[in-house]
Order: sequence, then structure tokens, then C-alpha cells
Amino acid sequence: MSVSHIHSPETERTAQGKPVGAALVSGHGLGLTFGGRQILENVDIAVHAGEIVTLIGPNGAGKTSLARLLLGIIKPTSGEVIRAPGLRVGYVPQRFPVDPTIPLDVGRFLTLGVRARRTAVKSVLQEVGAVHLIDQQIATLSGGEFQRVCLARALIGMPGLLVLDEPAQAVDYAGEIHLYELIAEIRKRRRCGILLISHNLHVVLGASDRVICISGHVCCEGVPESVASHPEYARLFGRDAGKAVAVYRHHHDHEHTLSGEVKCGHDHD
Amino acid sequence: MIDDFLLRAGLAGLGIAILTAPLGCFVVWQRLAMFGNSVAHCGLLGVALGILLSIDLTVGVIIVSVALAALLIAMQGQKALPQDTLLGILAHAALAAGLLAATMLGGARLDLMGYLFGDILAVSTADLVWIFLGLIGVGGAMLWLWRPLLAISVHEEMAAAEGVRVMAVRAAFMLLMAFTVALSIKMVGILLIVALLIIPAAAARAFAATPEQMAIGAAGVSVLSVIAGLGMSLQFDAPAGPSIVLVMSALFAAAVPWLLLRKGA
Repeated sequence: MSVSHIHSPETERTAQGKPVGAALVSGHGLGLTFGGRQILENVDIAVHAGEIVTLIGPNGAGKTSLARLLLGIIKPTSGEVIRAPGLRVGYVPQRFPVDPTIPLDVGRFLTLGVRARRTAVKSVLQEVGAVHLIDQQIATLSGGEFQRVCLARALIGMPGLLVLDEPAQAVDYAGEIHLYELIAEIRKRRRCGILLISHNLHVVLGASDRVICISGHVCCEGVPESVASHPEYARLFGRDAGKAVAVYRHHHDHEHTLSGEVKCGHDHD
Repeated sequence: MIDDFLLRAGLAGLGIAILTAPLGCFVVWQRLAMFGNSVAHCGLLGVALGILLSIDLTVGVIIVSVALAALLIAMQGQKALPQDTLLGILAHAALAAGLLAATMLGGARLDLMGYLFGDILAVSTADLVWIFLGLIGVGGAMLWLWRPLLAISVHEEMAAAEGVRVMAVRAAFMLLMAFTVALSIKMVGILLIVALLIIPAAAARAFAATPEQMAIGAAGVSVLSVIAGLGMSLQFDAPAGPSIVLVMSALFAAAVPWLLLRKGA
């Protein structure tokens, strides 16, 4: 199936694509200073059930810091984070090296945080297409395999909110498209809110309901089309970045080269 | 007919072996060998404190070890110096202060060698009581902390996002380490205690597929080493602590080929 940009019909939305109603997690006027350096300034953000919000921004823009604030791992210097009561969170951090000194198979890795039967472990691994890995030691997994396993681990606690930090970092281009299709499917099936962090713009935007572009502060936000054509976005990522996004929408008409460039079978105006 | 002192030594050794094995796994996984070393080096200062206050020397060691752990927990946030440098400074300062204080306070009465290298054959019934209370207390706490500790060892932030109170769990583990090291000093001594933590765990890594297997394997290696080491000590009239550590090292050396053959190692 293709990554398409579908608003769930039952969710009412404002013109910027924001759902109306209570958020799963929201940050209000968030500021973060670390070691005398201002990392984030006056950031407002909210993630609602059933939507995929993508956080984009250049390196050092504070994307991961913002996610860590929303997750409650660190405390903001100013502003506040509000989480829906009883909210369960699944978190896939940026690619990390698995310590081979800890003997740990995939099944056990999934149940570190929650207790679950083997059938439940199998079914969640099935969902991400990694059930054959259940008895493999995690230190032996490839980048793409490990990413899927981490996703399964985040899902096993039945989270209301998924936070995925650069989930496609260790994955090749084709694998990346697959992964985003998978994420879109998970959202559809589980109705959870998803906060996605990425700098791989062209693939991510297609799967998002709402894009927030940050660089220490919120530069622009809205539905993917409006962000892609926003002057702030062009300033941060270069003028051609928006074009690549537009092209991805009709990806049946073109092929991707190995370097990730897009070959088109038709003209653009 | 087994002599009383030998029975006490055996029981103390087995108690310590089982106590240190699971802690040792986390020492290996979280790279805390240097921390263990520092706590151990403070032991002598605890002995001096015990003499000074005329209290049970084990209590003195526990007080100083726990104080060091608290100091380290408080300094965890600083980034100006690497953790191992800081630990090294504290360890050697404490060892130097402990050596001076123990010599001056204890004089000829104090068996300095006994504290540096351990004297398991001199374990008293009171020491045995301490060790088994420790086994119950620390063992129970480890069972309770096992899952969150494991989650933190794999990925601290992921654990934090899932609701593990990372700082509290870390602090609790450091206190357990301090307590365990304090209890073990009498047996293998300040200079060899870290061996008891890391060598059995390292040897068990070669054959373990799960964290629990590694902990149980480490306990097995440890128990075997205590029995064989004590036997060796009796046979050759050798000091017990070094004998036990040497047997452990031999077992580890025997496991090395398997360690190297592991997939993904």
C-alpha cells in the first residue's frame, strides 16, 4: 500500500490540520537552556490521538530535545508539558548501539518494560514483520531489523502515543519507504498519536498529517503542502526541498534512484 | 570432621559468592568496575572509623561506603571531569587516608594485610550473621530492582520514557554495591573485591543467552571458585582470598575461547 496523506474522517480539524479536542501530550511556551545555550524557545506543540505529527528541522534544531521534554525525560527551563492522564508512551530513540555484553534475545528485549505472553510478543513482532527474529540475540540484528524490533517494543505496551526519533536512520532508501508505510498502517490500526522526528523530508512528509518545522523555535507548521511551500521552510532546507515533497505524492509515476533522487516520467511546472 | 572455622569460612564464602554474582553482572553491563574499586578502597577508612568510634568494624565500613556512594550520586551530573577520573581520585585519596588512619589508630593490633587481601579463615559468627542478613536484604532488593535495572542497562532514556525512575534505581543500586562490598571485604580484602564482582560475570557471559542465565552462571562460577580456592588454601597453606581469585581467573581463562566464538561478540 502507498503512504498516502489521509485525514481520519471522524476527526474534526482546523485549517492548519490541527484536530479539535484534547491533546495526548502538549507543550506550552517550552523553553530549554543547557549549559548557557538556548536550545528551545517558546515552543508550542500538541499531538492528538490518531494523527502523525512530524518534527523536522536542521541538525541542532532541538528536535530530540523537544521530544525528550514531551516524554518527561528532561524538564523544561520554562513553559509546561501536559500529558493526558494515564497516557502510555512508546519510545523509539535515535539509533543506538546495542551493548553486546548483555545477553538478550528479541523476545526478552520486548518484555523489558512490560510483562507479556509469548503469543503477545509474537503478534506484535508479526505486526512489524519481524516475527522470525524472536529468538535472535539483539546484538546480531542488522540496522533495519533492529529498527523494526524497537518499533515492536514500543508497541507492546499498547501506547496511546508513539514517539519515533529518526526511525529510518539505519535503513536504506527502499527500507525507509517500507518503514513509513508501516508507521502509517500502525496509526490506522491502533488509532494512536505518533510524533515523528526526521530530517529525511520527502518520504516523511507524505505520511504526516501535520508538519512542524523547528529551529530552536517553531518556524512554520501546518499540513505538509503548506509547510513545503512556506518561505521559512525553503530558507532552512533550500528551495528545492519543497519540490521533492510535491513529487513524492505521485510516486507511481516515477522511480527513485539509489541516491534518493527522483526520476520523473512527466514534467513539472 | 570439619573444623568450625572452616565451616564458617565455607558458609561465608558461599554467601558472598551468591551475593556478588548478580551485582557483578550489572557491574559488567553498566561498566561500573571502577566504581566498585573506589568503594572497596574506601573500606579501610571505614575500618579506621570503626576503631575510632569503637563500633563493629563492618558497620564502620558500611557507613563510609554508603557515604562515598552518596557523594558519587550527588556528583553524577557534573561533566567537567570523566567519571572514572573522579572515581580514581576518590579511591586513592580514601585508600591513603584509610592506610594512615588505620595504622595510627590501630597500631600493631590491626591486621592490615587481612583487610587488604582478606582473611576468610578468620570469619566470625557475627560476620556470618552480617553476610546472611546482607544476602537476604541485598538479594531481595536485587530481585525487586532486576527489571528496571536491566531496562536502564539496555537504554536509559527508553527506560525513563517508559516510567522507570532512573535516578532512584541507580542510587539504590549504588547503595547495594556499597553494602555488598563492605560485607565482602573481610573475605577477599579491599584489593581483590572487584575480582569477585567482574570475573564470574565475565566468565558466565560466554555461555549465557539471557541476563538471568548470566547471573546464575556467575553464581555458579563464584561458588565453584570459593570451594576450590578454600581447598587450595588448605592444601598449600596459601592465603584464601588470592587463591579464590586465582581459581576464578582460571575459570575465566577457560571460558575465553567460547567468549570469542560468540556470534556478534
